[in-house]
Amino acid sequence: MAKKVFMLSEIVKVEQLKKYFPVQKSFLEQLFTRELSYVKAVDNVAFSIRSGEIFTLAGESGCGKTTAGRVVVRLLEPTSGKIYFNGKDITKLRGEKLRLLRRKMQMIFQDPYASLNPRMKVVAAVGHPLGIHELAKGGEKKKMVLEVLEKVGLTPPEQFVNLFPHQLSGGQRQRVALARSIILRPEFMVADEPVSMIDVSLRTTIIDLMLNFRKELGLTYLFITHDLAVAKYISDRIAIMYLGKIIEMGSKELLFLDPKHPYTQALLLAIPVPNPELERKRLGLTGEVPSAIDVPTGCRFHPRCPYNTDKCSKEEPQLIEVEKGHFVACHLMK
Amino acid sequence: MPLLKVDSLAVDYRTSRGTIRAVEDVSFSLKKGETLGLAGESGSGKSTLGLSIIRLVPYPGVIVKGHIKIDETDIVKLREHEMRSIRGRKAAYIFQDPMTSLNPVKRIGAHFIELIRTHEPNIGKEEAFERTKTVVKNLGILSERINDYPHQFSGGMRQRIMIGLAIALNPDLVIADEPTTALDVIVQAKILDLLESLRKVYGMALILISHDLSIILERCDKIIVMYAGHMLEYATSIEMHRNPKHPYTQGLLQSIPNIELFDQKLVAIPGSPPDMFNPPKGCSFWPRCSYVKKICRVKEPPLIKVGRNHFVRCFLYGKKGVHVERNRKS
Repeated sequence: MAKKVFMLSEIVKVEQLKKYFPVQKSFLEQLFTRELSYVKAVDNVAFSIRSGEIFTLAGESGCGKTTAGRVVVRLLEPTSGKIYFNGKDITKLRGEKLRLLRRKMQMIFQDPYASLNPRMKVVAAVGHPLGIHELAKGGEKKKMVLEVLEKVGLTPPEQFVNLFPHQLSGGQRQRVALARSIILRPEFMVADEPVSMIDVSLRTTIIDLMLNFRKELGLTYLFITHDLAVAKYISDRIAIMYLGKIIEMGSKELLFLDPKHPYTQALLLAIPVPNPELERKRLGLTGEVPSAIDVPTGCRFHPRCPYNTDKCSKEEPQLIEVEKGHFVACHLMK
Repeated sequence: MPLLKVDSLAVDYRTSRGTIRAVEDVSFSLKKGETLGLAGESGSGKSTLGLSIIRLVPYPGVIVKGHIKIDETDIVKLREHEMRSIRGRKAAYIFQDPMTSLNPVKRIGAHFIELIRTHEPNIGKEEAFERTKTVVKNLGILSERINDYPHQFSGGMRQRIMIGLAIALNPDLVIADEPTTALDVIVQAKILDLLESLRKVYGMALILISHDLSIILERCDKIIVMYAGHMLEYATSIEMHRNPKHPYTQGLLQSIPNIELFDQKLVAIPGSPPDMFNPPKGCSFWPRCSYVKKICRVKEPPLIKVGRNHFVRCFLYGKKGVHVERNRKS
């Protein structure tokens, strides 16, 4: 019973989040133009994640999903907006307070070949966070490392502790990265495409581990992916991003059974289905995602939208709740 | 008469650490207009197999056994200069990475004109230019853009150009190696649609290499499932989907999320692919197989026929199946 109440509380909340990156200009351009131009990687995004749920940011490359994830754990400074963690404003935390916060929020990255230091043995890499946070040393530290390696399925753990990353396969590396991120017993984890570089036959084990940790350790995830099939399998709620904005958000049932935004519909129809006997319809979209520097006026999707009207190029649609728990940013919705 | 016939093909990589058998005992054939999918994980030998069909296996790879016949010509025996008349004209290859496969200091049109005039020296510049325009139009790119440089195109557009370069000489066979892996889903669907329509227009056969079984099932007529250099299963895609035989194929199909399903339970395949320097004895899949028997650990299973157009390399089907007669003559 108590768990149910806990489930409803918001662990992470983001309001009007923006992250703009200034664009480097040549010397001449700097002389003649005063204005800086920006890549609007995340442009006014708001969402909240309930404790115990898996919330997914999905979208094509360049839509700002990774930037949003990094801003949430304060790996990047937001341009503006607010980030709350367990009800506390963490947007401006610094120094010691930020370090203590990091104990509770961890991140796991896409590329297990790049996220592990090639000169650190497994035991050192996985135990590193314990050292940073001065939680354990020596024998105790090693014991905790062995324990956590066992949890991620690297068994027997004694066989793995003294290996270097190059002696491990991609799937094993990702397990080591996962072990390192859970050793501090965080409450919240940002998982940025954790399975997209791993072979299909090993993907499921990583996904299953993540689902297990939610149950066992009560972890909450912000999952970031371009693969909607994986998103559907793992998530409770999904937000679809396009050019720095959330254009549709809702439970996976609402999103997959009744996608409202033309972009979501096109995305879903483009995903290959492992069934040769299925006739697929496709929604013809023209063009490709425009540059995030020159964002189209009005609705960002209007130049590619098959239902484009005059209003769409002039007025930006707001993310509105069209039914309970289902948010869409599209002028068609009124 | 098949367009392509691969028979008992074996490819080695002779490295300083030892020899890897990257492709072992692969046989299949392909008719004009057909689409074959090569599915497998990284290191399964699918790209090596694709590259050996145009004899471009990178050093230190060597074709050590078998035959590859394109239109009855055994290309394994051809000399390098003879291969040049096969590549591009008979069989063309689309590489995975469109970002690095184009020359950054050459205009798009120049890529095509060079290709056309190298293979057909008696064609004038004007005519080559006209042909380029037609091809580019078929790719869905405005013909004015042939004067642009590669960096002015997006990833999807560059992949279109790569496809255009592959079909410019009207080959009978196109091998596309992970043509959409670097691209987003919407662009991916469009590129695959383009390949399909071009295949129909030009009447060519297509070999699609991908780690993504969903794409292969959706787009191909026949499928070969590769694992550690071996073809474990070979069937029509409908057969493969309805009635997968090999435990590895079954495992793969159970581990890919399907967007059409709710409450799907994915099942993982235990273990990880073998170290190719030190492959397991017997069947290459036995250390991960849940049906493993004694014989699997000692003997390599032969490819046997289990149905019309359905072959599998597994001892589970030994008695029911009929052994396939292979032509061992050289």
